[in-house]
Amino acid sequence: MTQTSPRVGLFVTCLVDLIRPSIGFAAVKLLEDAGCIVEVPEVQTCCGQPAFNSGDRKTAADLARNVIAAFKGYDHVVAPSGSCGGMIVKHYPELFAEGSVDHAAAVDLAARSHELVSFLTRVMKVTAVDAKFPAKATYHDSCSGLRELGIRNEPRQLLASVEGVTLKEMTDAEVCCGFGGTFCVKYPGISDKMLEKKLKHIAASGADTLIAGDLGCLMNMAGKLKREGSHIRVRHVAEVLAGDSATPPLAEAE
Amino acid sequence: MDTSTATFPQNVKRALADSQLQHAMTETGPRFISKRSKAREALPEFDALRDQARDIKDHVLAYLDLYLERYEEKVVAAGGKVHWAATAEEARAAILGICQRVKARTVTKGKSMISEEIDLNHHFEANGITPVETDLGEYLIQLRKERPSHIIAPAVHLTRDQVEADFRKAHTHLDPKRDLSEIPALVEEARQVLRQKYFDADVGVTGANFLVAETGTSIIVTNEGNGDLTQILPKVHVVIASIEKIVPTLEDASTILRVLARSATGQDFSNYTTLSTGPKRPGDLDGPEEYHVVILDNGRSDVLGTEFQDMLRCIRCGACLNHCPVYQAVGGHAYGGVYPGPIGSVVTPALVGIEKAKHLPNASTFCGRCEEVCPMRIPLPRMLRAWREKEFEKHLQPQAMRTGLGLWAFLAKRPKLYQMVTRLAARVLHNRGHGTGRMSSLPLASGWTQCRDFPAPQGKTFQQMWKERRK
Repeated sequence: MTQTSPRVGLFVTCLVDLIRPSIGFAAVKLLEDAGCIVEVPEVQTCCGQPAFNSGDRKTAADLARNVIAAFKGYDHVVAPSGSCGGMIVKHYPELFAEGSVDHAAAVDLAARSHELVSFLTRVMKVTAVDAKFPAKATYHDSCSGLRELGIRNEPRQLLASVEGVTLKEMTDAEVCCGFGGTFCVKYPGISDKMLEKKLKHIAASGADTLIAGDLGCLMNMAGKLKREGSHIRVRHVAEVLAGDSATPPLAEAE
Repeated sequence: MDTSTATFPQNVKRALADSQLQHAMTETGPRFISKRSKAREALPEFDALRDQARDIKDHVLAYLDLYLERYEEKVVAAGGKVHWAATAEEARAAILGICQRVKARTVTKGKSMISEEIDLNHHFEANGITPVETDLGEYLIQLRKERPSHIIAPAVHLTRDQVEADFRKAHTHLDPKRDLSEIPALVEEARQVLRQKYFDADVGVTGANFLVAETGTSIIVTNEGNGDLTQILPKVHVVIASIEKIVPTLEDASTILRVLARSATGQDFSNYTTLSTGPKRPGDLDGPEEYHVVILDNGRSDVLGTEFQDMLRCIRCGACLNHCPVYQAVGGHAYGGVYPGPIGSVVTPALVGIEKAKHLPNASTFCGRCEEVCPMRIPLPRMLRAWREKEFEKHLQPQAMRTGLGLWAFLAKRPKLYQMVTRLAARVLHNRGHGTGRMSSLPLASGWTQCRDFPAPQGKTFQQMWKERRK
């Protein structure tokens, strides 16, 4: 059977672009290792979720149109985030009237779009990665990836294949960390309470590394872990799968 | 209705600082979750039943007028009377009218959220009638002059110690040496006190989990059997229910019952499922002489046909509260309305107006756990978002947030400009971390930094590095 390499457009996500490009490069490596040709459209900014979740549908629709245009023609669109992935896959089609040209384009993009790890396992049929990473790791299921895209086993399966990684499940891994986009600054008290419970479970797992698939959640959890002086290192799943232990963990000194 | 919905942020602060509340929530929250989970695992067709339950209610809502009329005919045929109430005021007036006609002095009550919604107890008291709540949790909060903090577990915000203290204060006959440290002892004590009240009551008021159109039957589920005594012993039984409680047939009720208790408490069925159809018939050993059903609209028919219609499928099981990390963090009273938690944040704006309830739809991370467990598959996050859209249209959100989002949207729509700004921000914020990789304060971001550090960017944007790499 001969197959041409799929052409993948990387949706970097605004947080990875601004805060932690190393996740983007790890994603590129993983996609290339899996046999994809990766391109990064220059005109991308944000998927529009902050507007969508703030009730500003018009801005969300405008940004969705930009993303749809930027990723026209790619075999697949892949984002290192279940949250942005969920926005494109589940919510873009909701933004436009059924029967409209925009709606058809949104449905078409949604069908081609994936979160990184689930793309590797489901589409590229990756069952193991060739990487080393020393970590006693616990995996936090970010809400959108878990509940909108059904991602649960995929990251655990690939993480288990990394040489040096031992997985330690925490209690309530599937419970929200309290990030919630603008929620965490609108209601910092509630967010903090949710974080407090999450951190308790992370600590009780005995892990030395916290892993998740969404930078927003990771920034939230790392922010409180470091505020409290915890030595637990925080990593995006792509960095671990790519074996990038050279980049300092999130929120830690260079 | 209490207007403290409007003071949600202050309510939250109080709730987070209330150590007894926090203790009570940590005790009970996880228990509900594991019980539901076990009940669900034990029933392979559980998710298929959820689909059926949803379809039944969707069908009812499409033909609601028809089924309500059918239901009334059947109630009348059984010798009962239906009172239609468009508003809470009309419902209160109808119930008070019945009570005054029979010169009622004491009214026993089964647990009813509609009674809370129309604030019935205050109305009784204001008119010289003594309401006696017979559900243990409701009885407790009546003693404390509080509202329920949970749809099915009204006193879930209380610790055992608080309950014991309340009992000792109210039940002055209690021997100080009597051991009340375990829940069964508390239940027994409440039973003793309530026993005589059942016989003294002139009218019994209950809610309804279902109104069955084919038979004119109202159905309640309880775990204490208090509802049965409330509706059988007094001369008059008044059912108070809202329009969406209708189901076409007994078969339909039984389908939904199969998901109700499992979702609520993790039981296969509640201890008591009680059906009542009309007053006592010739030859019946027990039963009331009069049977009334007060059917409340209170804004629900306005929701029909809108993007919020799905909220009317709710069967008030409380699963969304139990699984909501926000509810579990702050408890039910912080929400300020009658219905707390995710379903409350969807229903309350419809009842009191989005202006008053504007905080509630925002008190969600959209984690989606509520929708995941809802037995009626109500798309709660979608409806919370729809309320946010109303807020956006009406300019109800804080100006700072609108300005911030507006600026961000302006940039995000202009990729070239956006990339110039993000490059600058990546560098400036990186430097602000002074090599530590994080910062403990950040201008305009105190909401973030008051409880957590802000991770410093790596210094260049991905786009910038990608371009450099490809040169």
